[in-house]
Amino acid sequence: MNARVRLVALASLAMLAALIVASTYWQAWAAPDLANKSDNAIRQVSEFTIDRGRIFAANGTVLARNHIVRTNGRTYYYRRYPLGALTAAAVGYATQSRSRVGLELSANDYLTGADQSLAGAIRQIGDRLLGSTIHGSDVHLSLDLNAQRVAMNALGANCGAAVALDPSTGKVLVLASKPSYNPNDVEGHYDRISGIKSPSCKPASPLIDRATQGLYPPGSAFKVVTAAAALDTGRFTPSSSFYDPGYCIEYEKPVYNFEHGGEKFYNLSLATAFENSVNSVFCNIGMKLRMHTLMNYARRFGFDSKPPIDLPSDAVRASGLYKGKRLLSPSEDGQGDPGRTAFGQSYLLATPLQMAMVAATVANNGKEMQPQLVDFVRRSNGEVARIKPQPLGQAIKPETAMELTQMMESVVASGTGTAARISGVRVAGKTGTAENGTGQPNTTWFIAFAPADAPRVAVAVVLQNQTGTGGTTAAPIARQIMQAILSTTPNSNF
Amino acid sequence: MSARTRELTILILVGLITVTGFASVYIARQNELSPGSLSYAGIFFVLYLAAHLVARFTVPDADPYLLPIAALLTALGLTEIYRLNPTDALRQGLWVVIGVAAFATTLITLRHDYRRLESYKYLFGLSALVLLFLPALPKIGQTVNGARLWVRFGPLQFQPGELGKVAMIVFLAAYLHSKQEVLAQGRPKDFGPLLAIWGCAMLVLVATHDLGSALLFFGIFLAILYLATNRLLYVSVGTGLFLIGAAGVYETTAHVRSRVIIWLHPWTIQKLPCHTPHGVELMTRQQCGSYQLVKSLYSVAQGGFFGTGLGKGTFTLPGGGNLIPDLNTDFIFSALAQELGLVGIAALLLVLMLFVVRGFHIALLATDGFSKLVCAGLTFGFALQTFIIIGGILRLIPLTGITLPFISYGGSSVVANFILLAGLLLVSQRANETP
Repeated sequence: MNARVRLVALASLAMLAALIVASTYWQAWAAPDLANKSDNAIRQVSEFTIDRGRIFAANGTVLARNHIVRTNGRTYYYRRYPLGALTAAAVGYATQSRSRVGLELSANDYLTGADQSLAGAIRQIGDRLLGSTIHGSDVHLSLDLNAQRVAMNALGANCGAAVALDPSTGKVLVLASKPSYNPNDVEGHYDRISGIKSPSCKPASPLIDRATQGLYPPGSAFKVVTAAAALDTGRFTPSSSFYDPGYCIEYEKPVYNFEHGGEKFYNLSLATAFENSVNSVFCNIGMKLRMHTLMNYARRFGFDSKPPIDLPSDAVRASGLYKGKRLLSPSEDGQGDPGRTAFGQSYLLATPLQMAMVAATVANNGKEMQPQLVDFVRRSNGEVARIKPQPLGQAIKPETAMELTQMMESVVASGTGTAARISGVRVAGKTGTAENGTGQPNTTWFIAFAPADAPRVAVAVVLQNQTGTGGTTAAPIARQIMQAILSTTPNSNF
Repeated sequence: MSARTRELTILILVGLITVTGFASVYIARQNELSPGSLSYAGIFFVLYLAAHLVARFTVPDADPYLLPIAALLTALGLTEIYRLNPTDALRQGLWVVIGVAAFATTLITLRHDYRRLESYKYLFGLSALVLLFLPALPKIGQTVNGARLWVRFGPLQFQPGELGKVAMIVFLAAYLHSKQEVLAQGRPKDFGPLLAIWGCAMLVLVATHDLGSALLFFGIFLAILYLATNRLLYVSVGTGLFLIGAAGVYETTAHVRSRVIIWLHPWTIQKLPCHTPHGVELMTRQQCGSYQLVKSLYSVAQGGFFGTGLGKGTFTLPGGGNLIPDLNTDFIFSALAQELGLVGIAALLLVLMLFVVRGFHIALLATDGFSKLVCAGLTFGFALQTFIIIGGILRLIPLTGITLPFISYGGSSVVANFILLAGLLLVSQRANETP
């Protein structure tokens, strides 16, 4: 019988060995994944005993700090947000009762000191064994607080968003979304947030960061991408001539110029069509280029995938062709019609962040930079780690970018975007007024960068439910934001 | 060094580990614990000294490692229970007293020849059945987390299945030992009683809604059947029958079905209807059915490689309020995993393996068939029970609420495991004293 006993013994030991393997899986392999689950209260509560790093704006103002509470002989560090709603879209919140959002989630490793070098990590294990408090790293953002305030005030009671980027580095200077909420209310006064109403949109959805999650038809602002495709492929030049009868024929039906109420331009160049945002010309360009080329260029600017900004990935949405709530895959491009897509209608939806990236890429000679909120991290031992700017790729040729810049400058100088003029500064921009169906209010856009000869800021502004056009509603807001940024001395990089 | 002196030496080592464990919990949680509670470690040590003395007189030549391993496991459980709830630790200490008394009684009563138990096999079989079905009875049976495993008499609450398990193993060993030859021939008519046993296991499953106990009993049955008959065919047919039966129960019993669904898909993105005390609400599964499993996995993962250290794990909200339900009984493993980390858990599992190795070692040395079957059956039961509960927590199999031998908080479990330990020592004594 002993042979059988040995077999049963082996089977028993194999079962217990399987448990060691399973423990290894959960405690080593799957642990980081589980740690980031939003309902992992154990992780979250345990992290309240960490002296969480603070979050600062570019000028050193504290955006998130700790509030120390001692209960049962233990010290807990709770969060306070001194500026409340002003920076909620970027900073987010970290609370006991709700999962974390914003940078409080995506920069959690920094804030809890888990990003340490090997020596730091070993020191931290020592700290933990000795029971001493773990100190997180301070996170310094590139947010220009003055411009952020200007943007939030300018958006006012509207529902909309504004994003400003430094074109050469991709650093985020403004990330504003309205209506906003006070992150200090999330714990304890959640009713105040759920009770937020807006005269301009229903539901008000204050918790949605419209700058990165809001999807809107880009309208004529997308003509920057269409023009980039037209010029970059070499199929057209700024002086290519067109004939505008007030409409273009697509699928044997006329598509009318909207922004000019059916005004007819007859013979005109591509540059003039861009300056005056003539739909029929772009409709014809779209049909000539076809969906494939058009969307190919959109993808070069980052459409169809989530912009790699340092926010939680579920708080960022990809721009592209949407049918219902579903993003169409590149192979389904044919479902959008090229004529309307070329002037930003049809199935096309875009986030303000994506449109700001389009403007920034043109400003940066066609080279797209990764959008980044975090500028540098200061560890508890004083060590500073800079987050280096990351190029995403050359979206269009530098010559194309130059031609586009000139065309965008005339939009502001003498076209649809004159409300964005800043005296003494060359501003390049593009308006957008997207229709949401007859009788419905418009979604208005303005994307721009300045100074056109040496760009320091690229901006995108979107407003929901407007009766005016992009040029009259969004352009003035973009101008104020750009002025605010240009008035601050260039970052001295301390 | 004689076997018992060796045992005493290791016990003293275990005592030192226990004191260190209690001290580190005390240091980490000074604000909540009174210094007097440290004496639990001392009381615990005295108890095991008493058990050692009984063993010295009744089973002097028995295996010297089992008692210290059991002591180490109990100590680890007690330390964690002490860390979670000092009052429970005191109660668990009292159960250890009763367990040691049961251990001593078993050793003293059966010290001459435990093999006479073989002639009472049907008594054991009957009492096993009664113990198993007790929780299914109305009034005294208690439903906890959808499964009926508990019995309540006034203030006393226990799981009779734990004792039923030991009785069942003695019955199966005796019965299959006597029918060994007949069954090995494979005549159909001899399988009647086996089918009856299969039917009982299924009935237990239906009556108690508890997949874990059914799996445990049927697994033990198949192991002893194989050991007695040397027919792997029986094991495969038996497994097949069990699976068919389990599939049937899965189809008909909502509780079992939900356990399986929770096991396969603990996390959902969309919200599903959930039955709460306030009526039906829409929730994700991790907020509803798989709440316990998911929270317990978070606890395991939180431990990482080195763990948080005894007393430093996170189990409650800063203001009080538990983050994981039933932590000190069914989920004590996830508490230990958080505080000891992978390093500690691997060590714990190796200690459990050592216990199993010693148990089978005794079965190999035993000279008669009944002893071999009892000993291998008890050891296999110990291993399978460990696998079912930890495997459930680690999502290897559907989670069912059974205790972790020697470690979990719970009286019936402690008492049953001390009797199991006594049984192994009795067989070992007999095997070692026969020249």
